[in-house]
Amino acid sequence: MSDLPSELKYTKEHEWVRDEGDGTVTIGISDHAQEQLGDLVFVELPEVGDSVEAGRECGVVESVKAASDIYCPVSGEVVGINETLADTPETANQDPFGDGWLLRVKLTDTSQLDGLMDADAYAELIAAEAH
Amino acid sequence: MLQAIGVGTVEQLFDEIPADLRCGELNAIPKAMSEMEIGRLMDTRARQDGAAVCFIGAGAYDHHIPAAVWQLATRGEFYTAYTPYQAEASQGTLQLLYEYQSMMTAVTAMDVSNASLYDGASALAEAVLMAVRANRKSRSRRVLVPRTVHPHYRRVVRNIVHNQGVELVELPFDSTGGHIDPETLAAFAGEDIAALVIPQPNFFGVLEEVGLLTDWAHANKALIIALVNPVALALLSPPGEWGEQGADICCGEGQPLGAPLSSGGPYFGFLCCRQTLVRQMPGRIIGGTLDLDGKPGYTLTLQAREQHIRRSKATSNICTNQGLMVTAATIHMALLGPEGLERVAAACYDNTAWLVESLIRLHGVESRFDRPVFHERVIQLPVAAKGVLRALAAHNLLAGLDLSRDYPELGDNCILTCATERRTREEMESLTTKLERVLSLQGGVPCQLQPKEW
Amino acid sequence: MSLIYQHSRPGRRAPGQAPLAKGDTTAIPERFRRRVRAALPELSEMQVVRHYTRLSQKNFSIDTHFYPLGSCTMKYNPRGANQLAMLPGFLARHPEAPETHSQGFMACMYELQEMLKEVTGMQAVSLSPAAGAQGEFAGVAMIRAYHESRGDEARREILVPDAAHGTNPASAVMCGYQVREIPTDANGDVDVTALKTVLGPRTAGIMLTNPSTLGVFDRRIREIANRVHEAGGLLYYDGANLNAILGKVRPGDMGFDVIHMNLHKTFSTPHGGGGPGAGPVGVSARLQPYLPVPMVDRDGDDYRWLSESDCPESIGRLSAFAGNAGVLLRAYVYARMLGREGIPRVAEYATLNANYLLERLQELGYEAAYPERRATHEFIITLRRQARELGVNTMDFAKRLLDYGFHAPTTYFPLLVPECLLIEPTETEDKETLDAFLEVMGKILEEAKTEPELLKGAPHALPVRRLDDVRAARELDLAWSPSRDG
Repeated sequence: MSDLPSELKYTKEHEWVRDEGDGTVTIGISDHAQEQLGDLVFVELPEVGDSVEAGRECGVVESVKAASDIYCPVSGEVVGINETLADTPETANQDPFGDGWLLRVKLTDTSQLDGLMDADAYAELIAAEAH
Repeated sequence: MLQAIGVGTVEQLFDEIPADLRCGELNAIPKAMSEMEIGRLMDTRARQDGAAVCFIGAGAYDHHIPAAVWQLATRGEFYTAYTPYQAEASQGTLQLLYEYQSMMTAVTAMDVSNASLYDGASALAEAVLMAVRANRKSRSRRVLVPRTVHPHYRRVVRNIVHNQGVELVELPFDSTGGHIDPETLAAFAGEDIAALVIPQPNFFGVLEEVGLLTDWAHANKALIIALVNPVALALLSPPGEWGEQGADICCGEGQPLGAPLSSGGPYFGFLCCRQTLVRQMPGRIIGGTLDLDGKPGYTLTLQAREQHIRRSKATSNICTNQGLMVTAATIHMALLGPEGLERVAAACYDNTAWLVESLIRLHGVESRFDRPVFHERVIQLPVAAKGVLRALAAHNLLAGLDLSRDYPELGDNCILTCATERRTREEMESLTTKLERVLSLQGGVPCQLQPKEW
Repeated sequence: MSLIYQHSRPGRRAPGQAPLAKGDTTAIPERFRRRVRAALPELSEMQVVRHYTRLSQKNFSIDTHFYPLGSCTMKYNPRGANQLAMLPGFLARHPEAPETHSQGFMACMYELQEMLKEVTGMQAVSLSPAAGAQGEFAGVAMIRAYHESRGDEARREILVPDAAHGTNPASAVMCGYQVREIPTDANGDVDVTALKTVLGPRTAGIMLTNPSTLGVFDRRIREIANRVHEAGGLLYYDGANLNAILGKVRPGDMGFDVIHMNLHKTFSTPHGGGGPGAGPVGVSARLQPYLPVPMVDRDGDDYRWLSESDCPESIGRLSAFAGNAGVLLRAYVYARMLGREGIPRVAEYATLNANYLLERLQELGYEAAYPERRATHEFIITLRRQARELGVNTMDFAKRLLDYGFHAPTTYFPLLVPECLLIEPTETEDKETLDAFLEVMGKILEEAKTEPELLKGAPHALPVRRLDDVRAARELDLAWSPSRDG
């Protein structure tokens, strides 16, 4: 298993959240998620300006054999999406924690991040799911 | 075999079924027949039905089908293959479907096509659901459906979409033209509408002002769903070229492309769309790719939209489609080619025009609408259509469809009549002569003729 | 193989296939006209015939190969049924032809309705749904119409086992329902304990396949039916596996309220490379008013159509006309040829063949997913051990089978059995064919141990080798265009 960046927060839907410190967060899928899905062929994202709600679907990542909803881990307004995924969805396979990020959201409330898992807790979750 | 399994009788293999659930003999089912016996029965029954000359269109058209079409389509390798899930063992079906998709995009001038849906009516229902999903600019689930769309299609659409909260709004037609007057859309300007359906030709055979309607819809952020007859498109502007931007989704009944009338099915529904909407498209889609050695091949693609992967979130529940009918349609289009298809369409157009001219020379018989048509016309008789049609049927002439049930506003006297390329001058003359006789005998009184005895 | 377009030459034609006279279309106003002809290929008749004959030869089919595709019932499709359904009189009948000109066809439809009622133990049958999934839609729509007619609007959930076909949840959603999954117990039956906890005032119904997609007969079906009914829900029977029990046990007797049948499976109409099918629905008395139209009724010696005006509570029509009539005629011929004595034999031989294969495959070293259970008409083996120990997966086995001239069984379905093959030999295969299949399965198992690369690179002997699905989905190539070949 690859190392989980410790500065990120994680969700049980295998997404990660990075606090950018300016009231916005960046969201992506974890390395574990991309591995489970296999080669990604398409990523559907909301549009900039859309409002998103924690726990609600805000996009889809699709491989040849599966399509998985992206559940937004936080509530707020979409302020950026990763345009490069439209042509090269495989970026989310190759660099899930970096260039393969999905979207940026301006938080309605920064305390939302408190409920998310840290890297250790997420590592335990993956280990538990493997059994 | 029983020994290998370790049981004494075949019955033992059913021992997990609770004994009290088991059924006895199926007495309501007749005893077995040999192929010869059932052949005799079916032959009698088929002869009973098949003698009439057909001037009914109304969504199913009597075209010539080249002999090679069904001889090839019923080859066991096409006829008895399954859905091409094992691509390497199904290149025949897959490449054929890719060729079909290519031909349909050419005929409709759209970017992409799926590999078929059940029929024209269910294809329209799927197109409506697709448009509601795809139109991101619209928050409503309202779709405008003209009353000039086939009445059965309108019912099917309602029956399929109403449980998903889609609101269908009926657009009236112009009573002299039999088309949607683009002015009627003014009432909806500025309203949130997900899509507008445009039939071309419409159910009455009349040509709609597709360019104006398309541009109105796009100006109002609504998507255009074109509902078209593929044979008519050999003469008429294809949906991809309607108005400034073209239609967004195009669907219709594929029967005129090689499927016999056959009591209404199996036919196939086709569905095409813009490239940007491809992931909202229901049904199977074939894509070209390469094999391990870099050799071209074909495979099912974009399957993650479909029910076997996406389950409750699939674009549709459709699984089985109409593959064999598409096989026939592909061969049919290849045999006709662009010029042949145009000749078929032109012959239909010409025949219908000739028939209408001939009929309206009769006293009291009129063409109901004054606008251009493709290969169908609403004909108004001087008396109620029902009795006249019955009398003509007794002469084995099916003169058209009585419109009084579905369009009471047209009164009791209107029929929808069609003459495809298969109708001969003699048949059309015979219809005219017999109609004249029936009308003179009836003189407005109820028909005395009874249908043939069986 | 080259595309049909690559044989095309400008101006080439099969002139005898279209009208010789050129119709006059000058009266069509300019604004409605097509400007450029559609880019269809231009070919001679012989070129077309040769191209599609050659293409057909690149298919596996029942007529050419053993095709043990689980849950698909790939049995022999009698040629007689095809020939008789394509008699000129049947092909020429317009769907709007008057009843006076339809009595022969309608007699067949009426008798088919009656035979399907008897075979399934249901009160009434409508033939119109075009395929299994449309039958499912009709069935769930009827369940909804029933609850709504009683003002029972709180029932918003359809229960579906985790092993169900994907169409089940998709159909329920199309009817506006929410889907709740129910787990399967260790023996492959519905987990009744879990079922009890989800049944309640929100339950509209449950969709079950029995025998299930796991290839076993749910022994507690009575108990399940009673519990669902007590909770106020209805039971839907997915007829995908009806072949296993034909003439042995009937869904109506098990307590089901509504069922669909796949005539392209159980009644041996052809699969046609993906369709058409036919998905008639049968119902118990309380759902009869909601059946989709049209249906055929008999009045003395005359047959007449039942349409919307005769059935005001119907969920309505689901296709423009009467569904896939030609498929229904084929099923009718098949059922008449089997007759009451032949119908139970379908289940007997299908079950015998499946149990024989299951037993012999286990002897060869394959692992049954449910070794304690009888196979029905199909069964599951799991290759998880081979995947773990030898690094060859189910797909590798499947592709290697193609090399030996056998179509692969269904792979990776149902989703809850890892690395599975769902095998359905059907009743029409002889013992020699089954033995030849077993011999090859033995050989492949040996290859997996000694030469695993043979499996991983398979197929080697087909028109193409393994295809790049990822490329197909990323670089979409869905239609040929004239610009392609310059």
